Amino acid sequence: MSQSLTQLLLTYLPLIVFIGVAAVIGLALLVVAFVVAYRQPDPEKLSAYECGFNAFDDARMKFDIRYYLVAILFIIFDLEVSFLFPWATALGRLGQFGFWSMMVFLAVLTVGFIYEWKKGALEWD
Amino acid sequence: MIIHAIFFWLFATVCVGSAVMVIASRNPVHSVLFLILAFINAAGLFVLIGAEFLAWILVIVYVGAVAVLFLFVVMMLDVDFAQLRQGFLNYLPVGVIIGGILLAELLTVLFGWAISPEIGKVITAPIPPSSEISNTQALGLVLYTRYIYFFQAAGVILLVAMIGAIVLTLHHKPNVKRQNISEQIARTKSSAIEIVQVKSGQGLSS
Repeated sequence: MSQSLTQLLLTYLPLIVFIGVAAVIGLALLVVAFVVAYRQPDPEKLSAYECGFNAFDDARMKFDIRYYLVAILFIIFDLEVSFLFPWATALGRLGQFGFWSMMVFLAVLTVGFIYEWKKGALEWD
Repeated sequence: MIIHAIFFWLFATVCVGSAVMVIASRNPVHSVLFLILAFINAAGLFVLIGAEFLAWILVIVYVGAVAVLFLFVVMMLDVDFAQLRQGFLNYLPVGVIIGGILLAELLTVLFGWAISPEIGKVITAPIPPSSEISNTQALGLVLYTRYIYFFQAAGVILLVAMIGAIVLTLHHKPNVKRQNISEQIARTKSSAIEIVQVKSGQGLSS
């Protein structure tokens, strides 16, 4: 492995430390609750409840398709932004062509954005 | 070096294990959660080979967005899981045949091709070397100029996806009152209210 790759990976050391600390805290809370807490279960305590009612039906139910529309529109703009990152870092060396390439890309997506704005896809009625 | 190997095996094992659990777990929601775990470990593998940008795009796009969409689809289908499992044995022969064909193709490729002994040196080193230029920048230098057609095609595909999603799913309920701020603040006293003098004992007619 090259020297530079080792250095790159070393910059991820704090991330590993964070994940480790998060795992330790999360596990500690679970284990402490398991060991220390007073438990005396009975069927009534363990049954599912819905704010005082008996559960109406299955928790997994159909919900409105509009949530899906919001999610898919979010993904599209998410992707658009993620295309901007390499462009922004390399912009100084890309020149005119690279700049206008991205402008055309953005223009194409702006057409879609205007369409969805005019259609009212961003409104919630 | 040894730490690198440890993390490789950790990520690879968890990735393959959770990929198996995606198809093995009985509850589709658990499958999606295992899929997210597999994505995150794949991102870890990308980081280990120095492909930082791909790793974080994998986390942002796949974990943050696509997995949420999968969850939506799984929830929206409203499938009865016991019923879903019933047809399993009926479809097994077809599945085995297709899987067998794919396996045969993979084995043909794997054993039919001579793999150059040099390949280990070539694919494990980033091009251009990561000491000269960062991963994201290297991608940016070729994506928008040399691969402009693919890049613009990606833009058009995103546009089609956007319009397609709107056309398929958008339906407005009629008679919904919305805020129209300019209209609301343009109301005057004369257009909004009417003052009627009512004489005592007569009431209103209209």
